[in-house]
Amino acid sequence: MPKDSKTSTQYRLLSLTDIGALVRLAMIGAAVASVAGCFAYVAGWFSPHRLTQARIIDAFEQVNGVHSGFRRNHAKGVCIAGYFESNGQGARLSKAIVFQPGRVPVIGRFALAGSQPYMADGPKAVRSMALSFRPRDAEEWRTGMNDIPVFAVRTAEAFNEQLLASKPDPATGKPDPAKMKPFLAAHPETARAIQLINAKPFSSGFANATYNSLDAFRFVNAAGASMPVRWSMVTAEPFEPEAPDQATAQDKNYLFDALIARIERVPLQWHLVVTIGQPADPTNDATIPWPEDREHVDVGALTIDHIESEAPGNCRDVNFDPLVLPFGIAPSDDPLLSARSAAYSQSFTRRAGEKKEPSAVRTPGTGMGE
Amino acid sequence: MAQRLQFTMFSRILHWTMAVLIIAMLFIGVGMVASLSDYHWLVSIHKPLGILILVLVAIRLVNRLLNPAPCLPDGMPAWQRFVAHTSHVVLYALMFALPLVGWGMLSAARYPIILYGPLQLPPILPHDAVLYAMLRTAHTVLALLLFATFIAHFSAALMHALIYRDGVFPSMASWKSLAGIRRRSE
Repeated sequence: MPKDSKTSTQYRLLSLTDIGALVRLAMIGAAVASVAGCFAYVAGWFSPHRLTQARIIDAFEQVNGVHSGFRRNHAKGVCIAGYFESNGQGARLSKAIVFQPGRVPVIGRFALAGSQPYMADGPKAVRSMALSFRPRDAEEWRTGMNDIPVFAVRTAEAFNEQLLASKPDPATGKPDPAKMKPFLAAHPETARAIQLINAKPFSSGFANATYNSLDAFRFVNAAGASMPVRWSMVTAEPFEPEAPDQATAQDKNYLFDALIARIERVPLQWHLVVTIGQPADPTNDATIPWPEDREHVDVGALTIDHIESEAPGNCRDVNFDPLVLPFGIAPSDDPLLSARSAAYSQSFTRRAGEKKEPSAVRTPGTGMGE
Repeated sequence: MAQRLQFTMFSRILHWTMAVLIIAMLFIGVGMVASLSDYHWLVSIHKPLGILILVLVAIRLVNRLLNPAPCLPDGMPAWQRFVAHTSHVVLYALMFALPLVGWGMLSAARYPIILYGPLQLPPILPHDAVLYAMLRTAHTVLALLLFATFIAHFSAALMHALIYRDGVFPSMASWKSLAGIRRRSE
């Protein structure tokens, strides 16, 4: 330990009179500044125009406002639970435990696309089903699916541009076509995708809709073989198109209320159908459908027998990140996957810390006391 | 008693291995939270790397208690000694805190903590969104603090190497045995 000794001369910076020492001091400054500069560059602090996960969520908030505690997209929703009964047909495609024959508990969420948590249900709203498969002692699988045949954009950058172009005009309350037109001209893949989406009528409710993964993934089986896949939750109910007069002024929640009434009476069922892509099928472009004649494998049935309002600890507090995947399912090269994972994470982090408002969707037994 | 001038070989290996891992970790962390297309693969490295650092820092703390650092040169000013000791306590505290807060926040968010393939860690905290939000903020603040402490440590190391030339830098940075080399300030 030091005795109260005198400071040695080399520690006195004022004694740095020789040029050599000053040069060395400058080198230290340069080395430290370059490390700190690299850090700031990687963090994006020098690149105000780089599209980051924060900026894409900022765009949602700029266009739709901030709705405290709610998801920045698919804000209006309801929690569901049930189970998946695997028939074992998926085991040759993927080694994921969820495809072994047997029953796996599932929780999930039905929602409408859009950032307004109190919006009225309507015939044009895209519906979504998000699920979390929770096998005992094995990896969880989360997936978010929509009832449209293809996704409207190919990349996160295009998504952001479309979002900003669709900002409602304050005068009319509707998106300005003059802004949408140049976007569609620059993105013919979106123009084609929108045609496909519009060509398919929406069903009359959540129960008789089929929900599609849209993005491609890869299944890896026990032999190590990897194949491109997309999947769908295909309704067991007969399809019925949404009637023109179905939306009522009295019930802003007519789609959700019908769903709640159905599930409280009888469990609803879907089949998980895996579509196996061919090598030529694009896996990096969710705007392009795969040919109809691809092999479809029904790997099991999903039964939803419970529904409840969003509340602490249930589906409200789960981020349905599409890249929470079990061993045996891997991401494809679809650029949307990582971008969705990143943006969902940002949305989740923001809303987790915000004051929560009750959901517009109320089930009879739950969520009333808040 | 003869004064030891150098960290043990094992201490030096641990220091430089962790230096590489932690700097990589800080850059991966700050890069991934600003990224869209690279987010997933970066996050997939960030989680197991954090757990590896937690294991290594536990080994390192035991090693540090068994093999204390060489004494600082006698001629070093008192304030520099104080800063040196304090910054090392802060570095050790942050090396433990960051992986633990990271693990805790993933637990509170109910994210799976995937190390590799089917290998996962159990949650260490209950599912709680508010707790997650607090820990997520703490993770960022502590990471920036660790980067700032690293910058101070790096600057001080270069000052010792190029300006003070007092034998402190080679006590960690030299691969050669320094037995027989005397400190300039002695």
